[in-house]
Amino acid sequence: MAGKPKLHYFDARGRMEAIRWLLAAAGAEFEEKLIESSEDLDKLRYDGSLVFQQVPMVEIDGMKLVQTRAILNYIATKYDLYGKDMKERALIDMYTEGVADLGEMIMLLPLCPPDQKNTKLTLIQERATNRYLPAFENVLKSHRQDYLVGNKLSKADIHLVELLYYVEELDPSLLANFPLLKGLKTRVSNLPAVKKFLQPGSQRKLPGGEKSLERARKIFKF
Amino acid sequence: MATKPKLHYPNGRGRMESVRWVLAAAGVEFDEEFLETKEQLQKLQDGNHLLFQQVPMVEINGMKLVQTRSILHYIADKHHLFGKDLKERTLIDMYVEGTLDLLELLIMHPFLKPDDQQKEVANMAQKAIIRYFPVFEKVLRGHGQRFLVGNQLSLADIIQLQTILALEEKIPNILSAFPHLQEYTVKISNIPTIKKFLEPGSKKKPPPDDIYVRTVYNIFMP
Repeated sequence: MAGKPKLHYFDARGRMEAIRWLLAAAGAEFEEKLIESSEDLDKLRYDGSLVFQQVPMVEIDGMKLVQTRAILNYIATKYDLYGKDMKERALIDMYTEGVADLGEMIMLLPLCPPDQKNTKLTLIQERATNRYLPAFENVLKSHRQDYLVGNKLSKADIHLVELLYYVEELDPSLLANFPLLKGLKTRVSNLPAVKKFLQPGSQRKLPGGEKSLERARKIFKF
Repeated sequence: MATKPKLHYPNGRGRMESVRWVLAAAGVEFDEEFLETKEQLQKLQDGNHLLFQQVPMVEINGMKLVQTRSILHYIADKHHLFGKDLKERTLIDMYVEGTLDLLELLIMHPFLKPDDQQKEVANMAQKAIIRYFPVFEKVLRGHGQRFLVGNQLSLADIIQLQTILALEEKIPNILSAFPHLQEYTVKISNIPTIKKFLEPGSKKKPPPDDIYVRTVYNIFMP
């Protein structure tokens, strides 16, 4: 019997959080090996465990997978969260990449120099309001189904709902004019596995503060 | 009879070049509509042809696909360039993602400040030689096969060749420490569809120049 997937990352959301969300939503239990110092990271590198010397890395089904997208795509396929055919996969990919683009901007905001932060925040708000949220709202409006693709839960829904939580954390007013997105968020959040993940004490990570950023700087030397 | 895919992008490499490579390698003829002005982009956006208001966009099989990765995956899927099973697909994904990280440096390079461009060439060379090339050299040495994954041409090989050739334009001896990659480069270049793409008169675009950079600024800068 295969062991549980083991996630190698530091104690923060970063690029691993989407993987935690997806595994959790799929009902897959997982373990985490936290990187707490640059020595921990060096050890993984010297062991040859990191193909490109980077994390996230996930030990799963006998493989040491790196590269967030490769990991997510593997998990999604394994748990039937990647559509039923090529065309559905293309739509799921397209929506996922849009989510990733906005998500990346939000994730990198804390690293912004203080004098640029306000400009960056305004850009995020503008992009969310005028580009990304309307695109997804319109997809849901176009077919009036419960999920983005193929009338079935897919990784696209899970990634989008995770993003909606971050958008809400940043500025709750941003979701105001998107009723179908709010509906999707509620629906996905109420799925038993997701509901469990959203409760305190789960493996979901909290927003990193200054201390988390400092720790990341020490581990990854930037 | 299926219509040819139609690519919407400025007349230059940028993020569309990988798509051109994969279509060419798969032996798929395609048309291009070159973006030259802000007005043309506006027209595409106003007509709701661009899901996230961005290019690349490829009209293919009744879809208007955006987001480079979703386009690449769809074409790879359709033309048997994504391995024979999930494990091969995942390896290909992992290798492609790593290579795209390196290619990203090349894509961004023409848009850096002139003073930073020289420094960035050194950074690219270092990343290629220390982080990426050793991985693929080891893979090729390990199985002794002609292709990176599963003994057949895949998306991983095409993106790898694209990246190697683009790097060689800037740093001619970049493969000097990697004999397997050198042999690999020759072998993949000689695949008939790829050989044709590498000949003058193909749809392969030349290295970015000042005209290309200026066109991009004119189209995309607010």
